[in-house]
Amino acid sequence: MIKVLRALVLPVAAACAIAASAQNPIKVGEFASLTGKEAAFGQSSHKGTLLAIEELNATGGALGRPFELITEDNQSKQGESATIAKKLISRDKIVALLGEVASGRSLEAAPIAQNARIPMISPSSTNPKVTEMGSYVFRVCFIDPLQGRLLAKFARSTLKAQRVALLTSVSSPYSVGLAKYFKEPFVEGGGEIIIEQKYSENDKDFKAQLTAIKPTKPDAVFVPGYYTEAALICKQARDLGIDVPIFGGDGWEAPQLIEIGGTAVEGTYYTTHYSPESTSAAVQKFVKDFRAKFAGETPDAMSALGYDSAMVLADAIKRAGTTDGPKVRDALAATKNYSGITGSITIDRQRNATKSAVVVTVKDGKFKFVETIAP
Amino acid sequence: MIEAFNFPLSPFNFFSVSEFLQQLLNGVSLGAIYALIALGYTMVYGVLRFINFAHSDVFMVGAFIGYYMGKLVPEGTLWGGLGVLAVSMIGCAILGMTIERLAYRRLRSAPTLNVLITAIGVSLLLEYSGQVFFGAAPRNFPALFPVRNFAVGGLIVGSNQLIVIAVSVILMIVLQLIVYRTRIGTAMRAVSLNPKAAVLMGVNNDVVISFTFGLGSALAAAGGILYALNYPSIDPLMGVMPGLKAFVAAILGGIGNIPGAALGGLILGTVETFVSGSQWSTYKDAIAFAILIIILLFRPAGLLGRFTVEKV
Repeated sequence: MIKVLRALVLPVAAACAIAASAQNPIKVGEFASLTGKEAAFGQSSHKGTLLAIEELNATGGALGRPFELITEDNQSKQGESATIAKKLISRDKIVALLGEVASGRSLEAAPIAQNARIPMISPSSTNPKVTEMGSYVFRVCFIDPLQGRLLAKFARSTLKAQRVALLTSVSSPYSVGLAKYFKEPFVEGGGEIIIEQKYSENDKDFKAQLTAIKPTKPDAVFVPGYYTEAALICKQARDLGIDVPIFGGDGWEAPQLIEIGGTAVEGTYYTTHYSPESTSAAVQKFVKDFRAKFAGETPDAMSALGYDSAMVLADAIKRAGTTDGPKVRDALAATKNYSGITGSITIDRQRNATKSAVVVTVKDGKFKFVETIAP
Repeated sequence: MIEAFNFPLSPFNFFSVSEFLQQLLNGVSLGAIYALIALGYTMVYGVLRFINFAHSDVFMVGAFIGYYMGKLVPEGTLWGGLGVLAVSMIGCAILGMTIERLAYRRLRSAPTLNVLITAIGVSLLLEYSGQVFFGAAPRNFPALFPVRNFAVGGLIVGSNQLIVIAVSVILMIVLQLIVYRTRIGTAMRAVSLNPKAAVLMGVNNDVVISFTFGLGSALAAAGGILYALNYPSIDPLMGVMPGLKAFVAAILGGIGNIPGAALGGLILGTVETFVSGSQWSTYKDAIAFAILIIILLFRPAGLLGRFTVEKV
C-alpha cells in the first residue's frame, strides 16, 4: 500500500515543485476506496480530486502555498477509514480531509475529523446522517430530501404532470426515502399521487403492480429505485401499454439501464448530479481537461463531485486566509453560490449542499442532457 | 374504474373486468413457469424421495445457455427461438444427469438427510460458479421470439405470455404421455412405487433415475428461458426465488403428483399476481406462503396428493 501511496503522491509533489516555491505545502488528506468492491466509484472520485489539486497548483495554490494531496486507500473495507483518518491527522498533519463516496465509510471518519477540529468534506455520500456527525463535516452533493424536491419540481413544471403514480421498492431505504421526499412537496404544490404500488429489490415481475396502475391513467409514473428494476419496470410498463413518461432519481444512473431496458427506456427521465453533456462552459472545460489527463476517459458524476470537493475546500481556505481548522470551517459554512462543475453550491445550516440537479433522458440508446433544475 | 380506488378496505381493487382479466393473464403466465419448475421437483421426489435443491440453479443455467445461444441465431424468429429452447433443454438434461451421476448416485443408500445436504451444496456450487463464469452483474436476455402485443378490448396480450402458456401446456402434455404411455414412463412409475420390486422385475433403476433427472432438468431449462423472456434480466442468483416458489407449488399440489405440481404452480402464480396488484403488495410472499400453510393444515398431502396413491 505504501508503494501505491508514493505513486499517487509523487506526481502531485512534482506539480507542486513547478507551481510554487519551496514554501511548506498545504496538506490535504484524502481517504478513498481505490481498491475493493466500490473501487470504480472511488477511483472516479479520486481522479477528479487529483485533477482539481493539479489545476489549483498550476494557478499558484492558495495563500502563496501549493497544495499537497495525501491519499490513503481504505480498500472499500469497514473499519479502515477511521484508522486512516487518525493517521492522516496525527502523523501527516493535514489541514482538511476529503472523502468518501460510501456514506458508511464517511460516517467512520467523521467523528475523528470532528474531534480533531479538522474540516471534512464528503464528495458524494448522500445519507443525511453524515453531516449530522458534527459541525466540521460538510458535503458537496445533494441529499435525497433535496433530490425529491427537485424531482417534484421537474414533474410539475417540465412534465406538466398533475396526477402521478408511484412504484416504490419497500426493501430499499433509498427508494422509500426518495418517494417520501418527492411526495410531500409534490402534493403541497397541488399535485396528486393517484396510486402507490410497491415491490421488493430483486423482483422481476412488476406486471401486477403496473396493471393496477394502468386504469388510473396517470400523467407520469415515478420509480425511485435502482437501475436493474427500473429498466424491467419500463419494459413491462411499455408492454402493457402504459405510454406516459416514467422517471426516477440518481439510482437509475448506469449503462445497464439502457442495456437491459432497450427501447423501453427511451423517453424516460432521471435526475443526477452532473452530465458531461451540459452546455455550461465550466463543465465543457472540465471534461476536456479530464480527458486530456486520463487517456480520453469521460468523467462521471463521481469525478465531478471529487473535483468540486477539493475546489470548495480551496475556495474556503482562500477566503479564510489561513489553514487554521475552525476558521476554515467557518469559511466552508459560509460558502454561497460557489459555481462548481456540479452546479452552484451553497452550504446550508446542516452543512449540506443546496444545489441544482441535472435531468437526463434516454434518446436513441444514449443518455442525453435535458435541463438543470435549480432549487 | 377510478371509483374502485375509493375503497381502501377492500383487499382487491379489481372491479373492472378488463383489469381482472389482465391480472389473471399475468398470473397464469407466471404460474405456468412455476409449474414447469415444480414438475422437476415433484418427479425427482417421486422416484428418490428427496428434494433436489440444485434444481433452481439448473433453471438458471438453462437461462444462461439461452443467453449465449441467443447470440448465434437471428433475434425475434420463431425457429431461432425454438432452436435455442431445444438446445438449452438438451444442455440442462445433460447437466441434470451429470449432477445425479456425480453427486447423488453414490449416496443412494445413505440417509435422505445426507443427499439433501449434498443437494444444497450442489446448488451453492452452481450459483457461485455462475458468478465466476457469467459475472454477478445482471444481463439483458435477448428477445428470442417475435414480440407483438395484441389489444383485445382493454386487455393487452403479449406474444411472450402466449408463448409461455403454449410451451408450458405442450410440455406438460408431452410429459404426461411419457409417464403414462411409454415403457420408460412405466418403469418410472414402477421405481416410484417400489424400487426394490422394480429391480426384481428387471427395471434398471440407474437408467430410470438418470432419465428422470434429465427430464426434470430439461423442463427447468424451458422454465428458465420462458422466465427470462418475460423478465429479461438474468443473473446467477435468478433461480433462488422462482425455485423456492416452485418448490412450494409442488408441495401445494401434492409432492410427487404431476398434475398437482401444475395446479400448484398456477394457483401460486395467480395469487401472487393478484396480491401484487392490490395495495397489500408488500405482503405478496407472506400471503402466498400463508395459503400454503392453510391448505396443508386441511390437506396435509397437498391438493391432489394422496398418501397411498402411486407417485411419479
